[in-house]
Amino acid sequence: MSDDVLRLRQPIEVTYTWSAGPGSSGHMQALSEGRLVGKRCPVCEQVYFPPRGGICPRDGVFLGDDVEVGQTGTITTFCIVNVPFLGQEIEIPYVAASIMLDGSDLAVQHLIQGCPADEVHVGMRVTAVWKPAEEWSTTLANITHFAPAGNDEEASDA
Amino acid sequence: MTERVAIIGVGQTKHDACRADVSVAGLIREAVDRALEGAGLTLAEVDAIVIGKAPDMLEGIVMPELWLADALGAAGKPVFRVHTAGSVGGSTAIVAAQHVAAGVHDVVLTIGFEKQSDGNAMWALSVPLPFGMPVHAGAGGYFAPHVRNYIEQSGAPDYVGSMVAVKDRTNALKNPYAHLHQPDITLENAMESPMLWDPIRFVETCPSSDGACALVLTSEATADRLDVPTAWVHSTAMRSEPTMFAGRNSVSPRAGEMCAADVFAQAGITNPLEEIDVAEIYVPFSWFEPMWLENLGFAPRHEGWRFVEDGVTEMTGTLPVNPSGGVLSSNPIGASGMLRFGEAAMQVMGTAGDHQIDGARKAFGQAYGGGSQFFAMWVVGADKPTT
Repeated sequence: MSDDVLRLRQPIEVTYTWSAGPGSSGHMQALSEGRLVGKRCPVCEQVYFPPRGGICPRDGVFLGDDVEVGQTGTITTFCIVNVPFLGQEIEIPYVAASIMLDGSDLAVQHLIQGCPADEVHVGMRVTAVWKPAEEWSTTLANITHFAPAGNDEEASDA
Repeated sequence: MTERVAIIGVGQTKHDACRADVSVAGLIREAVDRALEGAGLTLAEVDAIVIGKAPDMLEGIVMPELWLADALGAAGKPVFRVHTAGSVGGSTAIVAAQHVAAGVHDVVLTIGFEKQSDGNAMWALSVPLPFGMPVHAGAGGYFAPHVRNYIEQSGAPDYVGSMVAVKDRTNALKNPYAHLHQPDITLENAMESPMLWDPIRFVETCPSSDGACALVLTSEATADRLDVPTAWVHSTAMRSEPTMFAGRNSVSPRAGEMCAADVFAQAGITNPLEEIDVAEIYVPFSWFEPMWLENLGFAPRHEGWRFVEDGVTEMTGTLPVNPSGGVLSSNPIGASGMLRFGEAAMQVMGTAGDHQIDGARKAFGQAYGGGSQFFAMWVVGADKPTT
């Protein structure tokens, strides 16, 4: 019985094409040009960055106008990731933060670097650090990380 | 007008990191056979099956309810699959109860399961969104920031998370089915446990388990005829909200508050802390105990951690929470919600063994899932509901 195969590791692979659609195309095109563009809900007037498919999750309507948001924002919360896992793309430990960019009403998830992890705090002002322009594509990973902006006292209350 | 619903059988597996001795089908039958034994029924007497598990990516088996039909005794019978992420075990039990309450079926078997060792849950829960930044790191990475907000907003001392872990793991020693049995846990060594997702320590996280839970639900007439230990469903409620929207309170989601208010109102409960004898709530990371105590209305806002500190939620406290050891001690994800519902039922049936709360007449079960966005709750009682 000890020679019986009880477990067999069988990796599976799925290849797919992802269509951005009208909800995200403007946002992604702008990323490839070094700009941060979200969309405003015509009902609740909240600005969604990223636009999450172009639908307001609260009102269930298509988001409206493109709105350029700031390259600087405020950390609303964060955690320090110290867990290795399959498929991980960032070296641990790292600080994963929710950042409310100036002019946006939805926090975006990104990486914080440029200061010791134990100095990161809720309310901290951080600003986008971009890859060289020739490496840009249509992704938020064009921004390598957010770094301290050094002006916590100026945090907007948006 | 709906029919009264009785729970007359609760079965669960021994939960473990890897149940290599059984397949998914065997795992399920272990729970089903125990539930049917308690009910004094056989698979042949089941009219319909309601099954739930976490998203199929966790095992990499798509629509397992189809190939499990034989193991479920489901050939030729209606099968209903429920999907609500981590809350699915609770939602599934509620859907099963609704089939009886509606008078559609007389005997309904409901099952929640997960065989996490067959897949890689951490991977399945960390798939990067296209064109986003791949910072997401599993369920802990999602919930740790909300826990940080809770700690900062409530002013809770840092040791409260470890206190919950010590309580639940100590309770689990009284539950032979629990995955983790850690007799040596103390607050001191818990506080030395490494930070996995700062501010969440290793000891404050749930394990990854293989396990299943099954319940047998029947009409009042059948329960009266069978004369076995019975729990009566007094109320059920489900709510959901989007994972992310502007202005969302991720620490105390509105869907959870509304769900709790509804489930208590339906049961005629005006003071949950006084009227509920024992609660099984979904606490995969220990800080969620004080967070949910507030969300559910057991504790005032920002005071949940004081309940932990004062021992209110210990087995000897005013509101024992998770005497089974909870999700912190066993987490077969798709079963975890049903285990909360089933453990609540066992308490009022008087069949909880060493972790029985003496004299429990009314119990509460809760499950949540996704990004704290799906909620399922029920109140069960030793007595038939009066409404």
